[in-house]
Amino acid sequence: MRGSLLGAMRAVFIRELLLFWRRRTEVANILVFFVIVTTLFPLAVGPERRELAHIAPGVLWVAALLATTLSLNQLFIIDYTEGSLDQMLLSPYPLTALVFAKLAAHWVLTGLPLALLSPLLAIQMALPDKAMGTLVLSLLLGTPILTLIGAIPAALTLGVRGGGVLVSLLVLPLYTPVLIFGAEAVAAAAGQEFAATAHLSLLAAFLVLALAFAPLACASALRVSLD
Amino acid sequence: MTWSQFWAMGGFGGYVWSAYAFTAFIVTVNTVAPLLRRRAVRRQLRRETERGEEGL
Amino acid sequence: MIKYLHKYGAPRRFYAISGRVLPWSAVITVILFVSGLYLGLYWAPPDYQQGDAYRIMFVHVPNAWMSMMAYMALALFAAAGYIWNIRLADILAKCTAPLGASFTLCALVTGSIWGKPMWGTWWVWDARLTSELVLFFLYVGYMAVQASIEDPRRAAHASAIVAIVGVINVPIIHYSVYWWHTLHQPASITLTNQPKIYITMLIPLIVMSLAFMFFYLTMLLVRARNEILVREKDRQWVRNLARKIV
Repeated sequence: MRGSLLGAMRAVFIRELLLFWRRRTEVANILVFFVIVTTLFPLAVGPERRELAHIAPGVLWVAALLATTLSLNQLFIIDYTEGSLDQMLLSPYPLTALVFAKLAAHWVLTGLPLALLSPLLAIQMALPDKAMGTLVLSLLLGTPILTLIGAIPAALTLGVRGGGVLVSLLVLPLYTPVLIFGAEAVAAAAGQEFAATAHLSLLAAFLVLALAFAPLACASALRVSLD
Repeated sequence: MTWSQFWAMGGFGGYVWSAYAFTAFIVTVNTVAPLLRRRAVRRQLRRETERGEEGL
Repeated sequence: MIKYLHKYGAPRRFYAISGRVLPWSAVITVILFVSGLYLGLYWAPPDYQQGDAYRIMFVHVPNAWMSMMAYMALALFAAAGYIWNIRLADILAKCTAPLGASFTLCALVTGSIWGKPMWGTWWVWDARLTSELVLFFLYVGYMAVQASIEDPRRAAHASAIVAIVGVINVPIIHYSVYWWHTLHQPASITLTNQPKIYITMLIPLIVMSLAFMFFYLTMLLVRARNEILVREKDRQWVRNLARKIV
């Protein structure tokens, strides 16, 4: 039986979302991690609101970045051990498209909740109200890039001992541009000196680039790992 | 220019010479390590062929 | 072209040719280093702004250049090995990584030593130093992948993807760091962006850069020859060679 490509992609996407129920604690843990990391900062630097507001964009962005990195380890590992990754490889559809659907589902389960949760933590961090919109928007644009780029090392290190730490080691330097554009956008919106649009459009441009190339690289990485 | 003037580097001697010393250190390590490895590889190969010929 | 690459890409042929090239490139490296050090430390007059401290440039800048060139070379070798399955390219990529990482480390350390008399502190988040630091992490990641996968073919393919993804990102990282830097320090002094670079500075700089380039070539050949012997140790030609060593 062979349906359309879009049908197959939709099937992968929906399957991922359904499997979510089985791993709901893992997904929730990532959000809890995000919350705890952000909460540690006021405890470390003190509750002074001006100081907190000053570091808020950076803290929120770094915490979101670390939470996403943490989630990468679970991206393929279940499919890998269960063998459904082999099935994807053998299916008549291009692996790149199926990977794309899988990554989209992963983002809906991690990046999207992170972005939606961020204003709450921003209040904790005394971020000015006028920067809230930019914070959510920058995370909506930035977290898919984190997922897309991070999927490549996650795919490469399947079945490699010490894979988890290796993924962080590989992925964090690649995240520098996203971190810079994202945190600068929020800082610009919080202050007055620059408009956030320039940073956000650079982030969007990077997202387009990642959407075009990362699924392809990720599919090649999966082929190497399952070889 | 005297030697002591040369070593002093106009008061920046400590900085200049430590930068050059670190570079020299890196260059030396990069030279010695592959040469030591070369010796180990060749020794290993020789031992293996000798053993192979005894077996014949 | 690809046929040509495969012919010369045969490790055995490479081993023979590189054996003949190696003494020459070693001699050239030594000559360039000696003359570069003479020109840089003695012949060039002190700078009117930085005094003699600017002489650190003659080791810092070539290392910074080489760290980026080696990364490009690494990605090219890795891509060739991945796309056309050239074993020699895999070996050259693997042997480039530790050399490139050491150039990066050297650029970082000398840059920080240079920064002390210029900025008054060992570390400033200068655009060049920051992007050099990120590049160092990229090298470390590449070597970690190489080290953690046993099978040489899989290690080569996996690390090739790391290198290709890295090299696409290097310009983006570079420009984002420069942009970030100009946002935060609009009027800072950068180490090498002087209004005018004098010919007496340029000559030692070029000689030292060539010295590091030939050093890279020489040590790449030595490392690649070691790696070839290890990987091909069960082939007849290596056994014949080993008999000659006895």
